[in-house]
This record gives sequence, C-alpha cells and structure tokens, in this order.
Amino acid sequence: MELQVKQSRPLAWYAALVFAFLYLPIIILIVYSFNGQGVGGFPPRDLTLKWYRLLFSDGAIWDSVWNSLLVAAAAVAIALLFGIPAALALDRAEFPGKTLFRRIVLLPLILPGIITGLSLLMLFREAGVKLSLITIILGHGTALISVATTEIFAGLQKFERAQEEASLDLGANYWQTFRRVTLPNLRLSIIGAALLIFTLSMDEIAVSFFLIGRANTLPLEIWGRLRRGITPEINAISTIIFAFSLCAIVAWYRLRMRSESGQEITDELLRSTKL
Amino acid sequence: MFSRTYRAVITLPPVTWVAMFLLVPYILMFCYSFWSVSSLQVIVHSCSLANYRELLSKSVYLQTLFRSMWIAARVTLFSLLLGYPLAYYVSFQSGKRKDLLYQLVIIPLWVSYLVRAYAWKTVLGSDGVLNTLLQYIHVSQHPLGFLLYSPFAVVLTLTHIYTPFTFLPIYASLERIPRNLIEASHDLGASSWQTFRTVILPLSVPGVLAGATFAFVLSLGDFLAPLLLGGPSGIMISNIVVSLFGAAYNWPLGAAISFCMLAIVVGLLFFSERLEKKWSFR
Repeated sequence: MELQVKQSRPLAWYAALVFAFLYLPIIILIVYSFNGQGVGGFPPRDLTLKWYRLLFSDGAIWDSVWNSLLVAAAAVAIALLFGIPAALALDRAEFPGKTLFRRIVLLPLILPGIITGLSLLMLFREAGVKLSLITIILGHGTALISVATTEIFAGLQKFERAQEEASLDLGANYWQTFRRVTLPNLRLSIIGAALLIFTLSMDEIAVSFFLIGRANTLPLEIWGRLRRGITPEINAISTIIFAFSLCAIVAWYRLRMRSESGQEITDELLRSTKL
Repeated sequence: MFSRTYRAVITLPPVTWVAMFLLVPYILMFCYSFWSVSSLQVIVHSCSLANYRELLSKSVYLQTLFRSMWIAARVTLFSLLLGYPLAYYVSFQSGKRKDLLYQLVIIPLWVSYLVRAYAWKTVLGSDGVLNTLLQYIHVSQHPLGFLLYSPFAVVLTLTHIYTPFTFLPIYASLERIPRNLIEASHDLGASSWQTFRTVILPLSVPGVLAGATFAFVLSLGDFLAPLLLGGPSGIMISNIVVSLFGAAYNWPLGAAISFCMLAIVVGLLFFSERLEKKWSFR
C-alpha cells in the first residue's frame, strides 16, 4: 500500500520510545545474566558465565524443565485432539447451542487465568482427583483448545471444499477423505497451532498456580525462587526461555507468511481473542 | 454433503469435553458461591446468600475491587497511549520496515509473562538497575523506595505486558481503512490532523475498544504482578481470592468473588462487542 500520510518526525521518535519501553527491561535482564555482582547495580561489572554454570548443574530446575516439556507436549495433544474436530464442527455442522459452544471454547483466551484455574480446581476437588501434573495437563489442554480451534478454523476457510467432495465422489469414505485430503490441507495450520500451544503452555503460570501437585513446572519453580530472593541464575534461565520463545514465535510467523499476508495474520490473532 | 454420522463424530467429542472441563466448572463455581465452610473447615453444601452479603458488607472487598478496577483503568489508558501511536506509526509511516516492526511488536506478546514481570523487579528494586543508575549519574543520593512494591510498579509492569495486546486490534483496524479515503481527505484540503480526527480516528474505534477490553479485563484479574511487585498497597482483588483458596481457607467466599469477577468480565465483553458493532465500518 502506498503511503499517503505525511511523515511526522515526533511520531517516529515516540514510536522509538515505545519500542525502547517494550525491549529495555528484557535487554537489561539478559545483560545482568552475565553480571558477576548480582541482579542489580550500575554499571554491570565482572562479566561471567558462572550463573549459567550454576544453572546447568541445578537439578531442581532441570526436573521442572522436563515436567514442563511433558505438560506442553500433552497439552498440544489434547488441544489438537479436540480443537481439530471443534473447528470442523464450527465450520460444517449445525447443532443446538453452537453459538454458546463457540463462546465457551474461546472464553479461556480472554478470561484472567485465575478464573479458569479456580473453576477447574473446584471440579477436581468435587471429583476427588488429586492434584498432579495430570491436572495441569488437563487445564492447559482445555484452555488451549481455543488456540487450536481458531488457528484451524482459519485454515479451513482457505481450502476448497470441492477437494473433499471429489474425494467422496471417487469412493473414498469419510475417514480416508479426512486423512488424505482434509488433514494434509490443514498441515500448516496444525503445525502453527502446535507451536503456539507448546510455547503458551511452557510459559503458563496463572492456571498451573492452582492445579499444581508436588511436581513443579518451570514457571512455578522460578516463581517459588522469586519469593525467596533473586539471583542472576533466574536471569540466566529467563534469558534461555526468552531465546526459545523468540525462536518459536519467529518460526510460527514465517510459517504463516508462507500461506498468507500479514494482514490475515493480524486478523487471525485477533479472531483468536474474540468472543 | 456431510453425513449425519460424520457431523456427530466431529461435534460430540469436543462438545462433551468442553462441557465437562469448561461449562461444568463455571457452573460449579457459581454453586460454590452459595455454600459455606463449617467451623471444622468442612465445606457445607447448603445454599445461602451469606457470601454475597459478606462481600457487600465488609468494606475491604469492595475497596480492593475498586482499587483493582482503578489499576486496570490506568493500565488500559497507558496501554492505549503507547499502543495507538505505535500502531499508527507502523501502519502508515514505517515504509519498508513495516513487516519487521510488526514482528518486533508481536514478539513481546508471546514472551513469558513471568520473564517480563521479573525483569521489572530487577529494574525497579532498591538495589535495582534504575536506582543504582540514578545514583551513579548523581541524580539521586538514596534509592527511591516508591519504585518497587507499590501500585506504580504494578501499573508499569502490566502496561508493559498489555501494550502489545492493545496494539494488535488497533493496528488491524488501521490496516483495514481504505487508503483512498485518506487520499480523498487530503485532496479535499484537510490537514493531517483533520484527516486523523475525522477519518482515521472514527474508523479505528472498534480496534481501540477491543484493545481497551483486553487490557482492562486481563489486568483486572491479575494476581502475580501484585504479589511480585505490588507490596501491601498494591494488593488486587485476585490476591484476596488466592488467599481465600489458600491459608484463609474459605473457598465459597473466594468462589463468590471469582464469580463476581467473571460476571464483570463477561458483561464488559458483551458491552464492548455491542459498541464495536455500532461503530464498525459498513
């Protein structure tokens, strides 16, 4: 699109300041993960890798990383297992309560995590389920069906239903059509959804906070340490988390750019947060 | 073209799952809010309005709720003040770097909440980066105490977290404005400011509403930033709920407060959706 609005220098400066506001804290966090003197103090001095060394020999952290990976993988499985049919249902089935269903599926995206977490906590208590990693997996999986549904629903809008019709006309049954035509066409949406869900689950803390049993996830392990006092070791692990989120998001963005324009991505992110 | 069986197979599993793990829990939360806790710390399943009565009679709950709404309102205002000009800049004036800048804004959106809140803690603390910097350049002699453990710290951190959230819908609504409308406005002799006020701003109202709703709703229910950075004066309503579900052990009262929050949030969502429809460009 050609630019028709006159350039404004003050606006460019203002935008630069907002970017600084968004990124400076993260940059400071990263810089101080190499600081020998602790998390504060200006200027940073005694560049060191000792906090990373400490981190790599910290058993509790790695246990929680492992737990988080497990939770995230299982959450991806649950969210896709129910998100794919949910998107198909919203796209091509009429049933009573469809609007209500759509709203409730998407609700966890916009609701503060505390409400999702507490309502599930009450459910597990009434059902006599002991809190453990399983309850966290159920919580993440359920809350993130919303992400899977919106991503895959958007993917469904883009491919020709005629392909499925042709497959059915040529004698394939529904399952064959789903496996050979529908799924391959949704491949990019599914990979994108999985990436997002994995990242969001790895970082999730508000829902996990209430559903935690004995085994900690990584964000909760960090949270526990923050309450006791802060060391650059937390900066170090935060830096690593940041690096991983960054890779995941850039990968997701590239993936989306292969199939659609930036405007559509924005619309899609937006849709994912709409009731 | 799809048979009944096919439609049943794609509909039933997700509907059942969502009913079981989302709908039933919300209903259960509603039920809990009418129950009570006996002196032996057992939850009694008999209904009364006692929890709601306590909510309205003890000032601490309403006061904290209003304080949370006030914090959320400030977060919303600041996020809009930062997010709108940024969206305007990226949408209209960033030229070739548009794609890069857009990515730079959405990256923080997905970067761990905890990492960002923690970053502010290390910046604002009394031995933090900001205080030691100010002393290093001799602006202040002593650490400024109000920076951390105050509502200020909570508002600042939540603004940092939710600015990208408000940016997104505003940017989307700006991108959707037909550029020839802006051209027409200029051709007809309007200044940049007049064009902004009479063309761009009204057309971006739906985006502003959506962004404001995100920022307000999500910061209203936050309990982690106040715990980490708020101190006693930065307590929010969710912190009370957390303690009622923890040491204070009064789940029914906690459920009543949560349900009020849920009602406020859902009410706001409907309200903003209706307003958006009214304002959207046809």
